[in-house]
Amino acid sequence: MGVKRRAFLIGGAALIGGGLFAVSWSERSATRRAAKLVAKDKAGVFQTWIRIAEDDTVTVFSPHVDFGQGSVTGLAQIAADELDADWLKVVVEAAPVNVAFANAPLAKGFAGEMLPFSVPPFLNGIVGSGFAMIARNLPLQVTGGSSTVRATGQMGMRVAGAAARSALIATAAKRFGVPEAELTSANSQVVHAKSGRALRYGELAAEAADMTLNGEPKFKDPKDYRLIGKSIPRLDIPGKVNGSAQYGMDVQLPHLRVATIMAAPVRGGKLVSVDPAPALEITGVEKVIELDNSVAVLAKGYWQALTGLRALSPQFSDGGHGSLSSNSIAAAQVAKIQTGKPNNKSGHGDVPAALAASGVRLIEAQYAVPFIHHAMMEPFALTAHFKDGKLELWGGVQDPLHSRKEAAEAANIGVDQVTFHPMMMGGAFGRRLPGYCEIIGQVVQIAKQTPYPVKLIWSREEEVKHGCYRPQASAHLKAALDKNGRIAGWTTDYAQSEDVTRETHFVYDVPAFALRHYEFSTNQHDGPWRSVNSNQNGFYSESFMDELAAAAGEDSYQFRRKHLHPGSRHLAVLDDVARRSGWGTPLPTGRGRGMALVESFNSIVAHVIEASVGDDGRPRAHKVWSSVDCGRVVNPDGAAAQVSGGIIMALSSCIDEAITLDQGAVVQSNFHDYRILKLAEAPDVAVHFLESIAPMGGLGEPGVPPTAPALANAIFAATGRRIRELPFRNQAKA
Amino acid sequence: MAIDVEINGKAFSIDADPNTPLLWVIREELALTGTKFGCGIGACGACSVHVDGEITRSCRIPVASVAGRKITTIEGIAAPNGALHPVQQAWIDAQVPQCGYCQSGQIMAAVALIKKTAQPTPADVDEAMTNICRCGTYPRIRRAVLVATAQAAGSGKGDS
Repeated sequence: MGVKRRAFLIGGAALIGGGLFAVSWSERSATRRAAKLVAKDKAGVFQTWIRIAEDDTVTVFSPHVDFGQGSVTGLAQIAADELDADWLKVVVEAAPVNVAFANAPLAKGFAGEMLPFSVPPFLNGIVGSGFAMIARNLPLQVTGGSSTVRATGQMGMRVAGAAARSALIATAAKRFGVPEAELTSANSQVVHAKSGRALRYGELAAEAADMTLNGEPKFKDPKDYRLIGKSIPRLDIPGKVNGSAQYGMDVQLPHLRVATIMAAPVRGGKLVSVDPAPALEITGVEKVIELDNSVAVLAKGYWQALTGLRALSPQFSDGGHGSLSSNSIAAAQVAKIQTGKPNNKSGHGDVPAALAASGVRLIEAQYAVPFIHHAMMEPFALTAHFKDGKLELWGGVQDPLHSRKEAAEAANIGVDQVTFHPMMMGGAFGRRLPGYCEIIGQVVQIAKQTPYPVKLIWSREEEVKHGCYRPQASAHLKAALDKNGRIAGWTTDYAQSEDVTRETHFVYDVPAFALRHYEFSTNQHDGPWRSVNSNQNGFYSESFMDELAAAAGEDSYQFRRKHLHPGSRHLAVLDDVARRSGWGTPLPTGRGRGMALVESFNSIVAHVIEASVGDDGRPRAHKVWSSVDCGRVVNPDGAAAQVSGGIIMALSSCIDEAITLDQGAVVQSNFHDYRILKLAEAPDVAVHFLESIAPMGGLGEPGVPPTAPALANAIFAATGRRIRELPFRNQAKA
Repeated sequence: MAIDVEINGKAFSIDADPNTPLLWVIREELALTGTKFGCGIGACGACSVHVDGEITRSCRIPVASVAGRKITTIEGIAAPNGALHPVQQAWIDAQVPQCGYCQSGQIMAAVALIKKTAQPTPADVDEAMTNICRCGTYPRIRRAVLVATAQAAGSGKGDS
């Protein structure tokens, strides 16, 4: 791929070309075309996101925003493969933030997965009235739930590419006066081998685009794939090694002003009063702006705004949450599980009978996890400009279309008066999903007070203290082992804000199982953190599975095998990781291996971690083996990077990370007291994919959940100490 | 008070409060946005630049302290003809970046490391590469440093 081209356009680029292109399959007549297409498939599976120019350039419009998953390249691979396009002529652009580009395949993907009447939890913020809205093609450009490739790719891009190809073939057949069956396509050309004639896609595109596309086109046989399944270099990487990639933080506009903000330290509190004078004395500070629960300083540059903000002594109320602490939350959660009634129950079999049966051994354990912070490397930065009743925004969010709507509501103007320019995101991991981007409302209020465009930048301190954290949660697990050392019954009672029933896949074959939710809310706005609730549930279940193995006097691997169906995908994944990691072979003194198996986002992932514990009690993961069944893999190298990255992020969180509350406010403030794992402690990771014909699963998140329990189990193997609370830190000290 | 600095080989006279961190001068005055703001306390390394060849976290040093010194940012490490620095090329070969936000700083740290130690050992890499990457690209960063110093081939990414 030595070709120099700007193959990935987001941020600052003209999103839709003017007269450059002969054909705009998506944009020129989006509404008319969308209507036609929907008539073919009432579920609205089909969106055409492909544009072919006279010079053969194929532009794939991505309704997703890439924050490093590489999935946008994956989308282009899928579309281009089905289209038989020349990869060197394929470019990707961010889809315009317009309802014509709302992502119906994504909605359908969740429909298949989450029926009936459930909304994936990471979408809670945008779906007020339930699942039906999604199914009716809610304006959706969201990137989350590890959905890009498996939903948009499989159901959208694949159809779009194949339908476009069939229209090009039909057009060529007409021009040549030959039957379609005599034509083949390859490398952006339609070829009539018999007569030796060929037409470039660019020569056919204008006419082909006026055809009614076939909503149920013929797909390629997977054995003919040229791009899908290949480790094609990511299109966005060249711009990320020379400083040219443009993130929300990097927006530059004439007369741009910069603001920074401080919200009430206790979430739920309000701004009571602030004397603006000390800030206004700082050179470059233009305004102190009071918002409902925060104060912002507007200045010529960030440093001046920050200096001004730090000069202020604002008074905030605590919203009645001033006595809340992490310890009080943990204690209340335990009490609620012990004495309260569950808000929801799911499972199978007669659990009370199984636990009360004669001759069984009961095993119980109490687990707890803290709030954790997304810590995306790019703090929130969003630019807004109010002019003549219209609002323009620039920034990186996981759902630009919905963010545009939120901005319109905050500004009290029509959505049509708002333009949103999506920029690259320096991490997101759930933090930038709709409903969690308070910065939208903030920047709109600030922009109202200045004629100039204003970039609101959150300091790292603001970012750490006002996160939408993975919820603090507690769980009580109980199981009965029968005479043969098999699990006769299992209950997981957990207390946290959100019900996780729809996300949880209990993978083991046990006669009786119950999952019970005890709803417990705090003043925090809990949010989806990479892998959402599968994260803590994986930790509980897979740590406890190890405890049961130990209680039964069995090897962790063999104990798990006994509780998995012979011939199942889960067993295949577990066997694969055990074999690759040399499970059962001798280890150096002081080292232990731990394993864990979790299914999330339709992917089945097992890890083995080899670890030791330092004299100070700190665990060290030396090597991680991961085996993954996510169905088909579109880009193996990118897929491995996602799983590996998820594992490292999860190691960081389980070893070190905790947001704690004291007197209702977050204690931590920056990376010195919210530590992130660094390179020196990052293990080698070996990822292996077991491809299957199962429906495509996600990859951005499923590597996360098995990590904490695999490390907990390795610590146990190495030291005999069982740690049931995260983070591990120095708990394993002898 | 104007402060004279040389950035990426060009001379600039900066008119700013002398206490302004170099980072914000680079980003807002000079519009070189490849150098990133991550934490503001020198903990994450996203703002790393070279000052007279030394790796420096630009969010923590006042612009006045670099008067008369030579500064290099991510935009200034490729050859004048545009050819990528071997570290940049290694970053592409090993497909290192995910979100990419920290990678300017990571690359600047690796360039500084290699300048001092042509054939860094794994321990050298552990010691020098202390920038935070939230996406978890560390195995590939380690790999890319070896690729850039011809201690490894470009294929194989360290996690696959």
